[in-house]
Amino acid sequence: MTDPWTDEAPPRAGLLRVVLVDDHRLFRAGVRSEIGERVDVVGEAGDVDEAIAVIHHARPDVVLLDVHLPGGGGRAVLDGCTGDLPDVRFLALSVSDAADDVIGVVRGGARGYVTKAISADDLVDAVRRVADGDAVFSPRLAGFVLDAFSTGTVADDADDALDSLSPREREVMRLIARGYTYREVAKDLVLSVKTVETHVSAVLRKLQLSNRHELAKWAAARHLV
Amino acid sequence: MDHPTSVAPRVSRARRGRVLGGVCRGMAEHLGWSVDAVRVGFLLLSLAGGFGLVLYAAYWAWLPISADVPGDGEPATPGEGRDLAGVLGLGALAVGVVLLLSARGIEVTGSWFTPLVLVGIGVAVLWRQSDDSRRAELLADVGASARATTRTALRRSVPRVLLGLSLVLLGVLGVLAAQGDLAASLRGLAAAVLALAGLALVLLPFVLGWWRDLADERRARIRSEERAEIAAQVHDSVLQTLTLIQRSAHDPDEVVRLARTEERALRRWLYAPVGDPGATLVAALETEIADVEATYACAVELVHVGDVARDDRVDALVAAAREAVVNAAKHAGGTVSVYVECGETGVEVFVRDRGQGFDPAAVPDDRLGLRESVLARMSRVGGSAHVRSEPGSGTEVSLALPAPLGVRSWT
Repeated sequence: MTDPWTDEAPPRAGLLRVVLVDDHRLFRAGVRSEIGERVDVVGEAGDVDEAIAVIHHARPDVVLLDVHLPGGGGRAVLDGCTGDLPDVRFLALSVSDAADDVIGVVRGGARGYVTKAISADDLVDAVRRVADGDAVFSPRLAGFVLDAFSTGTVADDADDALDSLSPREREVMRLIARGYTYREVAKDLVLSVKTVETHVSAVLRKLQLSNRHELAKWAAARHLV
Repeated sequence: MDHPTSVAPRVSRARRGRVLGGVCRGMAEHLGWSVDAVRVGFLLLSLAGGFGLVLYAAYWAWLPISADVPGDGEPATPGEGRDLAGVLGLGALAVGVVLLLSARGIEVTGSWFTPLVLVGIGVAVLWRQSDDSRRAELLADVGASARATTRTALRRSVPRVLLGLSLVLLGVLGVLAAQGDLAASLRGLAAAVLALAGLALVLLPFVLGWWRDLADERRARIRSEERAEIAAQVHDSVLQTLTLIQRSAHDPDEVVRLARTEERALRRWLYAPVGDPGATLVAALETEIADVEATYACAVELVHVGDVARDDRVDALVAAAREAVVNAAKHAGGTVSVYVECGETGVEVFVRDRGQGFDPAAVPDDRLGLRESVLARMSRVGGSAHVRSEPGSGTEVSLALPAPLGVRSWT
């Protein structure tokens, strides 16, 4: 079915090293042919155990991780890797069926989430961004976030700061949900791209760390398409 | 009897509008006669030496209960009133029998008579019970939780079965006692019970085996029905679409269009939200977007936060949004982003494309399809619309509809 595969070829200088984790071999082949020229695909895996082994062996910069995987899902891969390999960054890639799955992998440590319909150029951009430590929000993830934090009133004290978005963060999320790129968001809000990236990373952190019970409840109740 | 091509259904006992076993109504429905006429007929036959009673009992025992699915008028479970009517009917029948027999000079106060009546009532209770369980099964087959429903019905039926059995037993004992040698018959009864118990022990493994087989078969049937449903869905949609895609391999736009349409249909089938699919803004927009995607071979990504119930104003918003999406699909192509946000202050919809863009001021009034179909539509319902476009960076149409609206955000 699927075989773990690690590229023993000499590393290509200057390119980001990427591992593809997806249970569909055809999809991996497609991604590989689309972005293989611009990033160095150093491994592939088709299920959770293979993925953990390949990632530990190859130590890539970025893992493109399918949310749905045999053997426990993308979340299990994150749980098996993030402790030992803090430098490996994860980008969730999914057909985005259920919000709770997506929120699950983001809370498990993924630095972002894009849908599989993403263009090759955008995917390469997203990989670079994640490798740089930034967060990658697709419009859909931004929508999930706004939905999850929508009842949050403005934070009163420091304890609540994690549980709600600042007005600026909300504006950034809304523009991303409307389909704006980071550059376009920056232009619209008269900010630098770097500032936009900071806001997005802050939102990602809140999404990962917030304990608001609504977030969990929301994720369970929603099966957005 | 029935000609093979006859449309007349097999005669069966009615479940609706019955007094006792539904025999009269069932026959009336089958023959096309008035139910009262049939009832009077049975009564007259009963007067003729009780023949009608025997006939009725025979029909009750042999005719199957009607299998047509209820749902018009009759509640799924018999109410108290129905049961009471049935009991009254049975009582009336018993009194009738007594009167009939005494009229014919048979000593109804004889010591053997009361036990016999008890047996009759017990049998009637048991038969009626079997009707009700059968009905519960029929109902349960229609519903999804067949097993649970049947089990509940069985549990409910236990007291009635016990009542019927003890009535019959009491009656039999009464008859034996009336014949005078109760002690001897008790010994005989004990021997019979012992023999039955022995027989039961011998047969138990077989009966259990049959029961298991029955349960297995039922499970297998449910599973195969599910598989058949999925197979039908896959055949109707996925396989058809794959065939179409192979045939249109030379036309990338058509392939994309087919794939998008199929993806959408499958998602709806797999993750369909419960409730009325067309009752909310987002559901209506999804339908419109699917339609536009199918027509213009473009991809539209819908992201929404919150949802509202539909009304006339929301429908106008949906129509305006559709027009904006159509514009984007026609003139820009590629991926169109639609973002819907429902808040306390109202609803906002943003439709953004990544096409060439244009200078809104440079477009003549009479040519701008957006003007009438989007801007005017929104202003008629108290909303607003703005078009933002620059050559080279796509176009965004934003629509706003202020509250009051039935906001249905998550809770």
